[in-house]
Amino acid sequence: MTLDVAIASGKAIFMILIALQVMAFGVFFERKVSALIQDRIGANRASIFGVAAFGLINTLVADPIKFLLKEDVRLAGADRFLHALAPMLAVVPALAAFAVVPFGDVLEIGEHVINLQAASLNVGILYVLAMGSLGVYGVVLAGWASNNRWSLLGGIRGSAQVISYEIAMGLALVGVVMTYDTLDLQSMARQQGELIWGWLPAWGILYQPLAFVIFLVAGVAESKRIPFDLPESESELVSGFFTEYSGAKHLTFMMSDFVEVVLVSALVATFFFGGWQVPYLGREGFVFPGGGTIALASWVVALLQITSFVLKLVFFTWLQVVIRWTLPRFRYDQLMRLGWKGLLPLSLANVMVTAVVITATDALS
Amino acid sequence: MSAWLFLVLAALTVALSLVVVLHRNPVYSALGLVATLVVLAVFFVGLDAHLVAALQVIVNAGAIVVLFLFVIMLLNLRVEARAVPSPVLAGLAGLASVALAAGLFYGLGRAPALPGPAVDAGYGGTLPLAERLFTAYLVPFELTSVLLTVAVVGAVALGKKAVRRG
Amino acid sequence: MGEAPLGWYLALSVVLFTIGVGGVLLRRNLITMFMAVEIMLNAVNLVFVTAARGLGTVDGQVIVFFAMAVAAAEAAVGLAIMMQVTRVRATLHADELTTLRW
Repeated sequence: MTLDVAIASGKAIFMILIALQVMAFGVFFERKVSALIQDRIGANRASIFGVAAFGLINTLVADPIKFLLKEDVRLAGADRFLHALAPMLAVVPALAAFAVVPFGDVLEIGEHVINLQAASLNVGILYVLAMGSLGVYGVVLAGWASNNRWSLLGGIRGSAQVISYEIAMGLALVGVVMTYDTLDLQSMARQQGELIWGWLPAWGILYQPLAFVIFLVAGVAESKRIPFDLPESESELVSGFFTEYSGAKHLTFMMSDFVEVVLVSALVATFFFGGWQVPYLGREGFVFPGGGTIALASWVVALLQITSFVLKLVFFTWLQVVIRWTLPRFRYDQLMRLGWKGLLPLSLANVMVTAVVITATDALS
Repeated sequence: MSAWLFLVLAALTVALSLVVVLHRNPVYSALGLVATLVVLAVFFVGLDAHLVAALQVIVNAGAIVVLFLFVIMLLNLRVEARAVPSPVLAGLAGLASVALAAGLFYGLGRAPALPGPAVDAGYGGTLPLAERLFTAYLVPFELTSVLLTVAVVGAVALGKKAVRRG
Repeated sequence: MGEAPLGWYLALSVVLFTIGVGGVLLRRNLITMFMAVEIMLNAVNLVFVTAARGLGTVDGQVIVFFAMAVAAAEAAVGLAIMMQVTRVRATLHADELTTLRW
């Protein structure tokens, strides 16, 4: 019993650590990749004993220390409890959603076979959507509790945007669920290990390309990143719904922003790019289509799978950072029109086409 | 669900619903309602109803109470001076509630015991629920879709500002 | 201690239902009364899920599914009505909305 508890908590802590480390990479990319796109060098001044490490010391050591030591502003006329609660309501659901993301296949230690997923629920996708629904409260309360009309405006816009794009995200996932016939993310990742025509890994992008596009767009909108960052628009609403936050609470909101970026990356990688799958790698080692095999120990296989997963996370985080620094922001009515009149009918059409194709292939085979 | 976990969560649920009912600030009541609904979802998981628990968080806690919060903020509801207008009213309401509770507990005591058979692993998942929903409960399912459409149209029509015909 | 018996879940839902009823009787603010009604609805949902688990079927959970859909529809229309009431009467206090009384 206690061994099960220890293994489960170990997996949960490991997954959260992966998420937080990739989030740190995301913050670093935000500074450096934006600098490269804008033809400058980026933050690289802070250094320890002369070692600046390409700006890693500045972004990951100096900036958090600065944020934590800043004054925590007490607002006049604002509800202090709600003001303090909002950043926590923003970051906790985003981190909790990582519980169902698989980061490897299995790890065999002695006679224990450990499924490398923190919580294997049979309604995994719905749990992720539930945590996304709870993420609205951070935005709404931050806007309300700041006693500031710009914050309130940003908060109302933000929550309307989040609940609108939740729908498109959920419907895009219906196509994915139909393709894999399961709601459990680990099962979806395992099914993407099969080969089409004997050599092509059956990754989700080949079966559901439209769902990938819809999910990526909706995911970027959910995390309120540019081009969907009207709730936070730095040039219009000062800082939107987190204007009145300083110091550690501001850091918590930024953290929730990047944790959601990593969450969207993890979900895109799991649904459409095989998750932890390395092409041709099975539980016993490599099995190439030509017939060659390389036998590997269980822990080596697990290590390769975790590395592959983390690399995919880093790639999609980088992709979202590049999208942010390339595209201009949507106007609010354009944003809502895209969500309701563009993505929603497209995802419904995707569901119908997927249903027709699945029925046809089942009837023909 | 183990008994001590149940007792802890039950105490938490009762405390949170008392916050909903007794607090003077409507925003705190709404937050108490969200917390109550999420803890109830935990109870549903304890009863092996996984799909219903997820739906509870997505629909009830994640959409309905957000609507409540929107309306509270749009109408800019103030913190009330007193939650209850008069102690006489509070006393009468308390008496009525206690009487209702006593009656319900008496009825529960007379009800036959629930057997609680062992269920297989996929019990509260999507498949058994969908199987019942699309066979025995198909007509209510279709009527619910009509109901939701009517509710959307009604809410939009009621929420509009009155248009004066010139 | 062992597993929590199903009777405890029913007792908890009775307590929650009573708190909801007390809220509707006690409070005079319409939105808070509405939230107390939501608590009553969810207490009944707990009874249905408990009964479903007790009998080993999923019909109780299907009923909860419908109850949630109806609660959503009711919340949307009810809140829209409250917004109209505020526009016309500028108050949401139940004691001041008396024009339909005899």
